[in-house]
Amino acid sequence: MFYRTAGQFKTSYEADHALFPVRQDAILLGVILIFAFVIFPFTASEFAFRALLIPVLIYSLAALGLNILTGYAGQLSLGTGAFMGVGAYACYKLVSIFPEMNIVVAIALSGFFSAAIGVLFGLPSLRIKGFYLAIATLAAQFFLVWLFQKWAWLYNYNASGAIQVPNIDLFGITVAGPRATAMAQYYFVLCVVCAITFFAINITRGRIGRMWKAVRDMDIAAELVGINLMRTKLMAFFVSSYVVGIAGALFVFLWRGAAEANLFDIPLSFRVLFIAIIGGLGSILGNFLGAILIVALPVIISSVPGAFGIPVDSAMVEHLNIMIIGALIIAFLIIEPHGLARFWAMIREKFILWPFPH
Amino acid sequence: MEFLNDVLVQPFADMAAAPDFLLQVLWEGLVGGVLYALIALGFVLIYKSSRIFNFAQGIMVVFAALTLVGLYEKGVPALLALPLTLVVMLILAMTIERVVLRPLVNQPDIILFMATIGITLFLIGFGELIFGGENKVMITEQLFIPTGSIVFEPFGGFVSIEEKDLTAVIGAMVLVAALLVFLNKSKIGRAIRALGDDHQAALSVGISLSTIWVIVWFIAGVIALATGIVWGARAGVSFALEVIAFKALPVLMLGGLESVMGAIIGGLAIGILEKVFEIYWGQPLLGGNTEAWFAYMLALLVLLFRPQGLFGEKIIERV
Repeated sequence: MFYRTAGQFKTSYEADHALFPVRQDAILLGVILIFAFVIFPFTASEFAFRALLIPVLIYSLAALGLNILTGYAGQLSLGTGAFMGVGAYACYKLVSIFPEMNIVVAIALSGFFSAAIGVLFGLPSLRIKGFYLAIATLAAQFFLVWLFQKWAWLYNYNASGAIQVPNIDLFGITVAGPRATAMAQYYFVLCVVCAITFFAINITRGRIGRMWKAVRDMDIAAELVGINLMRTKLMAFFVSSYVVGIAGALFVFLWRGAAEANLFDIPLSFRVLFIAIIGGLGSILGNFLGAILIVALPVIISSVPGAFGIPVDSAMVEHLNIMIIGALIIAFLIIEPHGLARFWAMIREKFILWPFPH
Repeated sequence: MEFLNDVLVQPFADMAAAPDFLLQVLWEGLVGGVLYALIALGFVLIYKSSRIFNFAQGIMVVFAALTLVGLYEKGVPALLALPLTLVVMLILAMTIERVVLRPLVNQPDIILFMATIGITLFLIGFGELIFGGENKVMITEQLFIPTGSIVFEPFGGFVSIEEKDLTAVIGAMVLVAALLVFLNKSKIGRAIRALGDDHQAALSVGISLSTIWVIVWFIAGVIALATGIVWGARAGVSFALEVIAFKALPVLMLGGLESVMGAIIGGLAIGILEKVFEIYWGQPLLGGNTEAWFAYMLALLVLLFRPQGLFGEKIIERV
């Protein structure tokens, strides 16, 4: 009914392979984009920008990067946090060595550093598989965070050991640093996320994406049909780490404003992994749904007791928060192991058939 | 040349110059290794019987130790608190089996792995809610664990061995021996191994999946309690203990996910090597704290040559 596809005829292969073969999908996306670009910025408060909108976008991007590797190419990674760190530190060094450099260029370049390191730690994936591969990414995780702490050159020999984002202008508007407004940062992040998401959708539904899926489903079979395993897996590591690195650079430059090495420690990796899995592995939309859930949950949980006028101290809220998130993760996995994206797929199916049951 | 000398010659010269210090380092490494091995053992048991990569083993250690200390602080005598903690671990095992594992039978590995991370988060929140987040002192004396130290003087030097570490090593050896006998000789042990080999075949000869899972998680809980007591006696009981779960992962990978022997040997090897590396290479050359990643790099190197770990079952892939 709402999603009636009858009457939308395709007369060429190009039309059938278009980004949105179903017209309603395109309309829905347009509505969401209007909300994101026009309505949210004019209605959201400073708090909503900082606590909800910007982190949702950045975590979605990080999860998208992880999803390319784990969901599409089937290589488990537990080191996302460290690769985000590489992006952030690379961007920081680029900005401090070349202060004249455009911030967009700096962020785009910093992704290449994390991509290179990602490929380096991806090399063992040619021999090690499944859970054993987790060790390679965990080695990256612990080694890199250790390096962020010990290699003083990375944080310009600061006494605090932390990196501080300077004020950076883009077209006359401050987008990063203490002077930047939340709205400018939001628009910047939104544009980057939209561009990379568009790129990711296209790469995953094309030839490369199909190669990744073949490797994920069974790599020996994929090799037998002529897919070069080394190139395919390393490309997945490259693209994934590039996206994750950019997410890391945005994470520090456009949201946190400052970062210490332990910010990129294993809890961050797990958080991104949760988003990817709860959202749905092997889905682009899922990353956004998962990020909304994981970022919004703590905010909602901590505001609920106050709304009912129940006095709860903050330590208690913190503990309850962890407990509820743990329980929810289990609950989601039991109800729908394929993630929130599958929920949307089922709802869409219902809309197409409605009001008929079958 | 200077650099090569620092890396290849100087550390060994240091070792030879102070053999008593080397012995001390080796002993410390061995004790650490025993603890890694114990945690890895909990992992291996659960992996063997259910193919679940149980990330929650680390938090179970903390939870068991906290329950023990918490019960004692509530006024329960130490020797009564111990069996009570075991009852709590049994209840925990049954709850996990009923609430988490049973609905997730036959899901992909990664989903079960995520579920155990969910359990970890839940237990962290739950434990902090009940027992508070602060560091607690393990009730060492009340459990009749000696706390003095024995001093040796080999090579005219000085080596100090704490009695509680010695107790830990002996206790761990007894526990492992008992476990091996249980797994290899008892009926339940055979059922556990059968389940590990093939779920459906085991079910079809009448082995109850849920009963065995409860038993296995309970044994993992007992091991967690033992680890918690030993580690808590050394470093106090707090949620910082949870990080040792990350130490157990490379141990597992090094030894092979299915092998009890692998967990023990991997644990001891990593415990000793990381300590020696930290003292003789890490601190003078790399600025210290190399224990954070050394185990992973070592495991990664070994896996490059043996992708199934040192003692793991050979991975056979069919298309």
